[in-house]
Amino acid sequence: MDDNKKAEGQERGGQNLGGIVLTEAQQRARRSRSIAIAVALLVLVVLFYVMTLVKGPAVLVRPL
Amino acid sequence: MSLISEGANVGRPGGAQLVDQGRYDAALYEPSSADVGDYIALLKPRVMSLVVFTALVGLAVAPGSLHPVTAFTALLCIAVGAGASGALNMWYDADIDSVMTRTARRPVPAGKVKPGEALAFGLTLSGFSVVTLGLLVNWVAAALLAFTIFFYAVIYTMWLKRSTPQNIVIGGAAGAFPPMIGWAAVTGSLSLEPILLFAIIFFWTPPHFWALAIYKKSDYGRAGVPMLPNVAGDAHTRLQILLYTLILTPLGVAPWLLGYASALYGAVSVVTGAAMILLALQVYREASPADRACRHLFAFSILYLFLLYAVLLVDRGWGGLIARVAA
Repeated sequence: MDDNKKAEGQERGGQNLGGIVLTEAQQRARRSRSIAIAVALLVLVVLFYVMTLVKGPAVLVRPL
Repeated sequence: MSLISEGANVGRPGGAQLVDQGRYDAALYEPSSADVGDYIALLKPRVMSLVVFTALVGLAVAPGSLHPVTAFTALLCIAVGAGASGALNMWYDADIDSVMTRTARRPVPAGKVKPGEALAFGLTLSGFSVVTLGLLVNWVAAALLAFTIFFYAVIYTMWLKRSTPQNIVIGGAAGAFPPMIGWAAVTGSLSLEPILLFAIIFFWTPPHFWALAIYKKSDYGRAGVPMLPNVAGDAHTRLQILLYTLILTPLGVAPWLLGYASALYGAVSVVTGAAMILLALQVYREASPADRACRHLFAFSILYLFLLYAVLLVDRGWGGLIARVAA
């Protein structure tokens, strides 16, 4: 088995747990997905922050 | 024993097996190779761009004021909601998509994204888009967006598409809602004008998709989708295309006749409407299979809808948008 392809969690404390092994392509894809999720969450946080500034005190008025 | 079964059996008396090693599908636990591009493809970006454009028109022509950041937020939520319904559609229709040449390369049938991933992606984005629109803009627009996602994913995709040749007539409503959502984002209510914008797209959908369905008939036939040309034949479909076009074109002129739009819009809608009727007549008259005429109608119908909405945006909305940004 290629050492570079060992999955996260496959070895913990030197003990091989026989977990799922990711290929390099899968690791790259997972990294790109993780970055995309982080960016999306950041956009959501910024959006709520800016909209709170835009609405001002009216942000607390929520008629249905 | 795998990590999965070990994890699942923690704390079970006597080490009882929750996961039967002989029964679970190993492919189910295969790590995903889907990259960000595959997930973007799940959102149907081209459909999303049309949704954003029509929603922008609804938002721009609506009376009242909306802060530009709020308007951007509304459009973002509508775009994400449209993408979410596209992902749910691709999750459910993977079996159909895999046998149609037009859709076989989509991420789920191509094996790049697993069905479960597409489902989770679609549901997550649906929830976020609706709740965000409700919290940051208003709940009328959010409710309309939620209904649109439900209508497209459940009423159209899961029910109508496989069961009736009227699938795209009724299902076309899902594509017609975005201008109403845009309008509701500004006003928090609905009136005749956004319903007119809805009606234009609603009656535009059948001639547009049936023209495509005629020259893609074998594709739909292989997939077992009961499109009108496959069920009722070309001649009947071509008559229906003509009838729907005759209903559509007066509706296209109506915003001018009712005083919602200027003479410029009136002129564009009359000229392009006449062209639509001529092309629909060609489809009706051309000898079967009428592929050439159908391709012309399909292509022009996109231009027709774009022109109507673009002129409406320039005519009614552009000045309003600029005034709002300046204010």
